Amino acid sequence: MLSEGSSFMKGMALGGIFCLVLALLGSFTPGMQSSPEDQHHHHHIKAPSTDELQRLSEPQMVELTKKVRVYCVVMVQPKVLVYWATAKDTWSKHCDQAVFYSSESTKALEAVDLNEKDEWARLRKALKHAYDNAGDLRWFFVARPTTFAIIENLKYLLLVKDPNEPFYIGHTVKSGELEYVEYDSGIVLSYEALERLVKVFKDEEKCPERGRALWKLSEEKQLAVCLKYTGVFAENGEDVHGKGLFNGKSVSSLIEESMVKNPQDVVEGCCSDLAVTFGGMSPSQMQVMMFGVYRLRPYGHDFHDSLILLPPEGSDND
Amino acid sequence: MKGLSGSRFCFYMGFVVGTLSLYFFLRQVWFERSMALPVLGEVPGSSVAALSWARQAGNTDNWSVKGAALINVNHPHHTGEDSRVADQLYQRVRILCWVMTGPSTLQSKARHVKATWSRHCNVVVFMSSVNDPDFPTVGLGTGEGRDQLYWKTIRAFHYALLHHGSDADWFLKADDDTFVVVDNLRWVLSNHTPEEPLYFGKRFKPFAKQGYMSGGAGYVLSKEALRRFVEGFRTKVCTHTTPVEDLALGQCLEKMGVLAMDSRDTLRRETFHPFVPEHHLTGKFSKSFWYWNYCYYPIVEGPQCCSDLAVSFHYVDAELMYTLEYWTYHLRAYGYRYRYRPPPPRGLMEQLTQTERPVVGTVGTGTTPSVITDGGVGGESVAKPLSDRRGKETLGSVPVPNNRTAVSWERQG
Repeated sequence: MLSEGSSFMKGMALGGIFCLVLALLGSFTPGMQSSPEDQHHHHHIKAPSTDELQRLSEPQMVELTKKVRVYCVVMVQPKVLVYWATAKDTWSKHCDQAVFYSSESTKALEAVDLNEKDEWARLRKALKHAYDNAGDLRWFFVARPTTFAIIENLKYLLLVKDPNEPFYIGHTVKSGELEYVEYDSGIVLSYEALERLVKVFKDEEKCPERGRALWKLSEEKQLAVCLKYTGVFAENGEDVHGKGLFNGKSVSSLIEESMVKNPQDVVEGCCSDLAVTFGGMSPSQMQVMMFGVYRLRPYGHDFHDSLILLPPEGSDND
Repeated sequence: MKGLSGSRFCFYMGFVVGTLSLYFFLRQVWFERSMALPVLGEVPGSSVAALSWARQAGNTDNWSVKGAALINVNHPHHTGEDSRVADQLYQRVRILCWVMTGPSTLQSKARHVKATWSRHCNVVVFMSSVNDPDFPTVGLGTGEGRDQLYWKTIRAFHYALLHHGSDADWFLKADDDTFVVVDNLRWVLSNHTPEEPLYFGKRFKPFAKQGYMSGGAGYVLSKEALRRFVEGFRTKVCTHTTPVEDLALGQCLEKMGVLAMDSRDTLRRETFHPFVPEHHLTGKFSKSFWYWNYCYYPIVEGPQCCSDLAVSFHYVDAELMYTLEYWTYHLRAYGYRYRYRPPPPRGLMEQLTQTERPVVGTVGTGTTPSVITDGGVGGESVAKPLSDRRGKETLGSVPVPNNRTAVSWERQG
């Protein structure tokens, strides 16, 4: 009886070791039987913390800085020329490459003429063009010229993220079952996400070009639907404190709201220090933003950021 | 079949049981670990609330009230910043800010000044016609209205010298719709001594030989200048001539031998501004506008109107006060190296010596490393071989600690 008991124990011990060995060898994850879609299913994307960045070695930092380069897709229309001109003269100068996609051609400013009136079709064409012309840029930022973007802060958010993973980031909004990124606060796509998107564009069933005649979704929702089919989900971009980095409203609107909601702590309760976008800004407000973001500062306060981003050539408003 | 003995069988059973139990154990551990991640995502809301609560509590501890003056106890600091230089200047260039206000604008304007930029002064006093112990404000014993402005100014400066002459070296006058970046004011004043009779502000040229400083844009008197102002009234060299306070004050100071100074930055850009940023940066002043004839120095329109180290703006409403505070002290572009990097003030303790040189990021072709372009003070790019920059404090550039990677900007196509 005892010998049987001891054999049993020996057997159990051996079995346990066997299981462990298997687990370690195959990086076998017993709990993760999730489907590929769910693998990326957290909804918040956080900017890296100082600790996280300090743990990186210098060669790692160089690698990451080389990789985090942004292709800006700016969707313009000739009828609001002044916004177009302002975007060209302000924030888009900080993109590694900024390409303007217009609904129709105009002599006034240079753009890729998509010759398309339908918003969704235009967006599709622009994204396809961006994908084909990306070169070695791996991050894509899509915005209308009424949005002001601080590309340096976008790079900070994306610094330790791998563009070969599918990312679809911005200010997320939930509409029923669909979670999508709000257009006015800018849309960020990784190379992988864009690649999958371009593939699914060919599928007229899942991602029709003209939309079904019965009910027409806005292009931001259409985008989310198509991406969802490819297993890419919208994620809300946040700073280390959890404050949203993508804003569909202007700084003044947000300050105004904060004055009502947090009258004792208006500025702290308002917006992130490393905000990436503000929407609904007028052209002259954007010029003032350039001053406020890139120039105005109190003397003697330094932030030892982990990397240095130099100002663009031939510009004097930043 | 005698091959399958009892103990053999038990061994196999044990093996199976062992494998299965460990499998489920591992699965449970993994499950718990993966559960932890979304929980972290819930914390943000509370941490933001905690931050703002801490700040609220901190706000009341920031001031110690001495009579009607708010003495700054804690120079406001921002998480994650290195403010050693600002702190040094805070000790060396002590500024008393007095804010011209009145009972009717206490809540609509002065309150926001109190919540924003005035927290960066060494001492702040709110001057009103009426004493208010709760705000607190000093009652100057005058009336209210435009015709009382110079009376209020005269009495306010007398009060400041009498009660706080030893608490500060420089004395700033501002309106309750002026926004002042006090740290930048310290920078402007840092290479001057308060024992000289000097005064700084937005310089206008008419009506006074050496010009005078715009009242709305704020102006600063050195301690000696303030002494002479008070002395002027004692000896009746100066009297109440006109309610136009900025002009009258300028004329009195001129009589008392106080020098009107040039407050522009090292690139000759204005620091004190009589209008809001939008107006200076994007507005076009019509040629017939009085401004053209008043400015002592040539007007520059567009982005070069204003120094990066701007000191003041005027006609700033409540919402813009907070917006400016956000832009100045909070919002920034991560890692951005400013074009304008002026040399540090003389005699200030040098920053820690440069440790490692920044690693250059490759651009464009992605193969050949590009040389870091050392943008000079004027923004001119001078490509310097990296070995030259080691250990040299060129142009007072921001010291670079370990692990900083520089990426130079080349546009594709």
